[in-house]
Amino acid sequence: MTSVLSDEKTTSNVEAQRPPGGFYRWITSVDHKVIGKNYMYTALTFMFIAGAMALLIRTQLFNPNGHVVGQQTYNELFTIHGSIMLYLFAGPFAFGGFANYIVPLQIGAPDMAFPRLNNLSYWLFLTGGTTMLLGFFTASGAAAFGWVAYAPLSSNPYSPGPGPDLWIVSIALVGFSGIFTGVNLVTTIFYLRAPGLTMFRMPLFTWSMLVTGILILVAFPVLTAALVMLYADRHFGAHFFSVQGGGVPVMWQNLFWFFGHPEVYILALPFFGIISEVVPVFAKKPIFGYRGMVFATLAIAGLSTGVWAHHMFTTGTVLLPFFSALSLLIAVPTGIKVFTWIATIWGGQIRFSVPMLFAMGFIPAFVMGGITGVMLASPPIDFYTHDTYFVVAHFHQVLIATTIFAGFAGIYYWYPKITGRMLRERVGRWNFWVTYLGFWVTFMPQYLLGLRGMPRRIAVYSATDGFTFLNRVSTVGAYVMAIGMALFLVNVVWSWRRPVAAEANPWDGATLEWATSSPPPAHNFHSLPPIRSARPVWDVNHPEHADAAPVIAGGDESAD
Amino acid sequence: MRTESRIYLGVGSFFLLILIVYFLWSKESTGSVLLLASAGLGILPGLYMGWWSRRMKPRLEDAEVVEPRDISGIVGTFPENTIFPFTLGIGAWLTGLAFVFGGWFAVIGMGFVISAAFAATIESKRSSLAEAANRRGAED
Repeated sequence: MTSVLSDEKTTSNVEAQRPPGGFYRWITSVDHKVIGKNYMYTALTFMFIAGAMALLIRTQLFNPNGHVVGQQTYNELFTIHGSIMLYLFAGPFAFGGFANYIVPLQIGAPDMAFPRLNNLSYWLFLTGGTTMLLGFFTASGAAAFGWVAYAPLSSNPYSPGPGPDLWIVSIALVGFSGIFTGVNLVTTIFYLRAPGLTMFRMPLFTWSMLVTGILILVAFPVLTAALVMLYADRHFGAHFFSVQGGGVPVMWQNLFWFFGHPEVYILALPFFGIISEVVPVFAKKPIFGYRGMVFATLAIAGLSTGVWAHHMFTTGTVLLPFFSALSLLIAVPTGIKVFTWIATIWGGQIRFSVPMLFAMGFIPAFVMGGITGVMLASPPIDFYTHDTYFVVAHFHQVLIATTIFAGFAGIYYWYPKITGRMLRERVGRWNFWVTYLGFWVTFMPQYLLGLRGMPRRIAVYSATDGFTFLNRVSTVGAYVMAIGMALFLVNVVWSWRRPVAAEANPWDGATLEWATSSPPPAHNFHSLPPIRSARPVWDVNHPEHADAAPVIAGGDESAD
Repeated sequence: MRTESRIYLGVGSFFLLILIVYFLWSKESTGSVLLLASAGLGILPGLYMGWWSRRMKPRLEDAEVVEPRDISGIVGTFPENTIFPFTLGIGAWLTGLAFVFGGWFAVIGMGFVISAAFAATIESKRSSLAEAANRRGAED
C-alpha cells in the first residue's frame, strides 16, 4: 500500500514539477538554493554599498579638518556603514547565504525544514535592508547614532525624524528574518540529516551553523524587544531609557550588548566553519581534533552570552572581574580552533589554490584582531583605549578577517558548486594579495592612532594632533582594499562571460555537497553515497585508503 | 535525538551556572533576567527532546551503520513554488513602515498579511496539484 502510494507520488510530482520561469520563479521559489543565492547577491550588494561608505569616511579623514562630507552626513555614513556591515552583510551572508545553500547539501537533505518560512525570511531581509537605506532619502537624513544606537542619543529629543525610526523598523524586520532562519537551521540540522549522518559525523561547517542558529535564538529576540522599547520611548512617551521618567539609559546598553556580543560570534562562527572545511581539503588531511573543534564551538557559544558587558566597562556600572574573566576565557576555545587549523595543515599535502590562500590569510589576520581583543578584555587597558581607534582597528580586523577573508575562502571554495563555473585562479590570487595588503595597511596604523588618543566617530581632527600621517596611510590602505574587492567583481564577471565548467568535485572535497552535480539538481541528490564516517565522499573517491573502512562504534553491542 | 538534547541542555546549564554566579555576585537585574531567559531557552527544548528521545524508536539519522535500502526511496515531501511568503513579507514590511510614515500603511500592509495568511491556509489544505492527483490515485 505504502509503496504504491509512494510510486504514484513520484510520478505525479515529476509531472507537476514545471517550475515557472524568470522573475516569477525568483519571487516564488522555496528552493533553498535559490533563496541562498538571493541572500548572497543581496548581502554582497549591501557590502559594496557599505564599502563605498567606508571609502567616503576614509577620504574625509585623509586631511585634517576634512570637508568631503558634513558632520551630520559623516555620522549618518558611519552609522549606516556599521549597520549594513553587521546586520545586513556579515550575518545574512553567512546564515542566510552560505548556510542556506550549503547546510542542506552537507547533511544530504533535499531542502530546508521550512522552505516557505525560508522564503519569508529572505523577503523580510530584503525589505528590512532597503528600509534602512530609505533613511538617506528623508529630509532629516538617515540614523546617525552609531550602529549601537545608545540611549539617550537615540531618543526623540536628540535624534528626531523618520531616519532613526526607519532604522528601528529595518533592524526589527531583519531581526525577525534572522530568527526565522535560526529556527530553520536548527530544525534542518536536527531532523533532516541523511541516514547514517550522526551528529558527530556532520561537517564542521554544519556544526558551526547549528551553534550559530542557537545563538541567533538567544540573541535576536533580545534586540527586537529592546527596539520595541526604544520605539515606545521615542513615540509613546515611555521612559525605559530616559532618566526623567525613572528609566535607566544603561539598560539599553545591557540589552543591546546581550544581543551584540553573541552577534559577534554569530558573525564569526560560520566563517570559522568555512575555514574548518577549506583547510582539511586543501591540506589533504582530515581535520585535526574533530571533537575538540565541536566542543570549542559550543564553548564559544556558551561563553559569548556571558560577556556582554565587556563593551560597557567604562559605564562604571558593571561587574568588572566577572566580565573580564569570562572574556579572557573565550580566548581558550578560540585558541583551540586556531591551533587545530595549524595542526591540520601540519604535514599535509598543501595546495595553495585561492580558497586556501584566503584561509591562510585569515589565520594571522584573525589572530591579530583576536589578540588585541584579549588585551581589551582587561579593564585597565580598556579604560585607556575605550572608544579610540584602537578598538576600531581591533573589531575591523576581527570582522574583516572572518567575513572577508574566510568569507571569500568560502566563495572561492563553493562557487563551482553553486554556479557550475570555476573562478579564475590568477585573478583570484591578485584579489587575495591586493585585499590582504590593503587590509594590513589600513588597520595597523589605526592601532597606533588609538594609542595616541584619536577618538572614534570623529569627523575632523586638527593638524596639530599628530594624526595626519597615520590617517593618510590608513586611507591609502582602504583604497588598496577597494581595488582588491573590485578584482573579485572582475573575476565573477569574467567567469560569467567566459565560463569554465566545473566538475561535481573540483577540489577533491570530502563532504556530501560534493557528491551531487554542480550546480545541484532540484532537491539536491539523485543518490547518496553510503555514510560511514565524517567524510563520505572521500570514502567513495579514495577506497584505497584504510580509513575508508566503516567505523563501527559501540563495542560488543554492534558486533553481529 | 540524544545528542541534540544534550547540546541544548549543555548550553542551557552553562547559562544557568553563570546566571547563579552573576546574580549572587552583582545583584544586577537586567542581565540576570536575560540569562535566566537564555537558560530556559536551552533547558526547555533540551528536556523536551530528551523526553522524546526516550519514547521514540532510534532514527536512521543516528544510526552508525546504514544499508543502501535505508537511503533510497521517498525521503520527504517538500512544497512547490508559492507566492504567499512574498505577499506576507511585503505585508509585514508595509506594516513596519506604518510605524514611521503613519497608520494608513498598516491598512494596506495588514491587507496583504491577512490575505497571505488566508490564501496560504487554503493552499496548504489543498496542498498542491500533485497532492490532489495522489489522493485520487490512492482512492482508485
